[in-house]
Amino acid sequence: MIQFRPIYVICLREFKKFFREKSRLLGTLARPVLWLFVVGNGMNSLIRPQVGFSYLQFIFPGMIGMTILFSSIFSSISIVWDREFGFMKEMLVAPISRVSIVIGKAISGTFISVAQAVIIMVLIPFLGIHLTVLQFIEVVLVSILVSFCITSLGILIAARLTSFDGFNIIMNFLVMPMLFLSGAMYPVTSLPTALRYLTHVNPLTYGIDAFKHVLLRNSAPPLGPEFPLAVDLLVVTILAFIMIILAALSFRQKE
Amino acid sequence: MSIISVNNLTKKFKTLTAVDGVSFSVNEGEVFGFLGPNGAGKTTTINILCTLHLPTGGEASIAGYDCVKRPDEVRSSIGLIFQDTTLDTGLTAYENLKFHAYLYNLDRKLTEKRIDEMLSVVELTNRKHDLIKNFSGGMKRRLEIARGLLHYPRVLFLDEPTLGLDPQTRNTIWDFITTLRKQEKITVFMTTHYMEEAENCDRIAIMDHGKIIALDTPENLKRLVHGDTIHLVTEDNEKACAEIAKTFDILCHAENGGLFIETEKGEEFIPRLIHSLSIQVKSVNLRKPTLNDVFLKLTGRTIRDDVLSDDKEVTREFVRSHRRAQR
Repeated sequence: MIQFRPIYVICLREFKKFFREKSRLLGTLARPVLWLFVVGNGMNSLIRPQVGFSYLQFIFPGMIGMTILFSSIFSSISIVWDREFGFMKEMLVAPISRVSIVIGKAISGTFISVAQAVIIMVLIPFLGIHLTVLQFIEVVLVSILVSFCITSLGILIAARLTSFDGFNIIMNFLVMPMLFLSGAMYPVTSLPTALRYLTHVNPLTYGIDAFKHVLLRNSAPPLGPEFPLAVDLLVVTILAFIMIILAALSFRQKE
Repeated sequence: MSIISVNNLTKKFKTLTAVDGVSFSVNEGEVFGFLGPNGAGKTTTINILCTLHLPTGGEASIAGYDCVKRPDEVRSSIGLIFQDTTLDTGLTAYENLKFHAYLYNLDRKLTEKRIDEMLSVVELTNRKHDLIKNFSGGMKRRLEIARGLLHYPRVLFLDEPTLGLDPQTRNTIWDFITTLRKQEKITVFMTTHYMEEAENCDRIAIMDHGKIIALDTPENLKRLVHGDTIHLVTEDNEKACAEIAKTFDILCHAENGGLFIETEKGEEFIPRLIHSLSIQVKSVNLRKPTLNDVFLKLTGRTIRDDVLSDDKEVTREFVRSHRRAQR
């Protein structure tokens, strides 16, 4: 069912294309940099540093989450791209299982997202955050989990998306709300109850909460983490499994 | 020995029957052509054979493997060249071929050798490490043929292999297919709506509205049309038609502002014809039978007319959008 050579070569293709398309890398990196240094600095002057850290430091875990969110969704949307330009057919008529295609896409999307999250961490010295090697490793591990979960969600959507026309809808009605309702930019604890429920069904909330555990270790809510770390990791892991299985299933359907 | 056998194959899309009870078999080593207007069901049939679609009814098998029950074996036995290009334009020629080799689980050492071999067959050796982006339409097609052959398929499917290519490139592609057939022991299954291309096939199935309406060698098919066709344009076609019927006891067929007259030895008939007519003749044209005449004879339409017809395009769009939705 799961074939390793096809998975390997599907990943290899995505990596090659990712590093060849410099504009894509630049695009995903520009967004968090803009937030951190432009919006972050603007807000910094508005919000007095509380409990020992600045607004800039507060949104940093969210920015890693945002980088992963956009990168993962873009990676999985490449399925729609492949379909539109015919390359998907080359994979669909090959003697490989649909599951292998889905896993190949999920793994490559995960690696590309994690790579970008790591690149974002280069900004750390400019933010006045002190990071130990252990913390760095923890961020990478959480990144892998969150990236895999969101990439699988993206594949699930891409499997149902028939053209690029649906892409803007996904951006406006899924990706942006996921970002704003994740606690990436402000504490979600002060949101109205209805919106609070939405934050609780948002996988990114738990991902960013886990990043806060690692990066804002000793701070209490509302600025610090909301759930226990174990809950965060468990929810993301379970969601990742559900997403990848649904993605594989939705890909298996044919006429 | 037949390598493809299809029995009573049917495919329905909601209200539209794209393939309607089609049966045929293709012999090993044959070049088999599917000829018909757009929307006749050619591509749908290919898609079922190559396991992209499930049939609504009937059976199809390739190299002894059932297309529904043993899709992986079928996929390993076939190579495909689709209507639209399916290359990754962001990768090089070599990378596209290597990707393919991995999907088909080719032996690693064999892969490199085979890639070089196929690139030289399609004369793209010097473009091995160039991005597909920079390839011309003809080069892309050639590379797709190389890729389709990379894993030693027993059947090569070509769906409108020369669609949208200029005549010169079309000829080059055909030279390749003819040479390949001599070099590799391979069965070629192709669809086309170009008559000239269909002439190159060993046998042709003429398809219309989802049905096979004739299946034979090009020579035998052309025998269905008796003798030559004279295309006559006069001042008054209707009156001319009546006169011809009276004088020669031949029925003529009016189309495109002219008359089609079927006759033996057209070159000898023309002087007699013109001499006998009381109406001024504007132009006269003699044609030896082509497959288009066969199609005209069988359906009362020409294939090219259908290309321009709007409702056909709608049908085609319907099938396409449906396919997209189902993927």
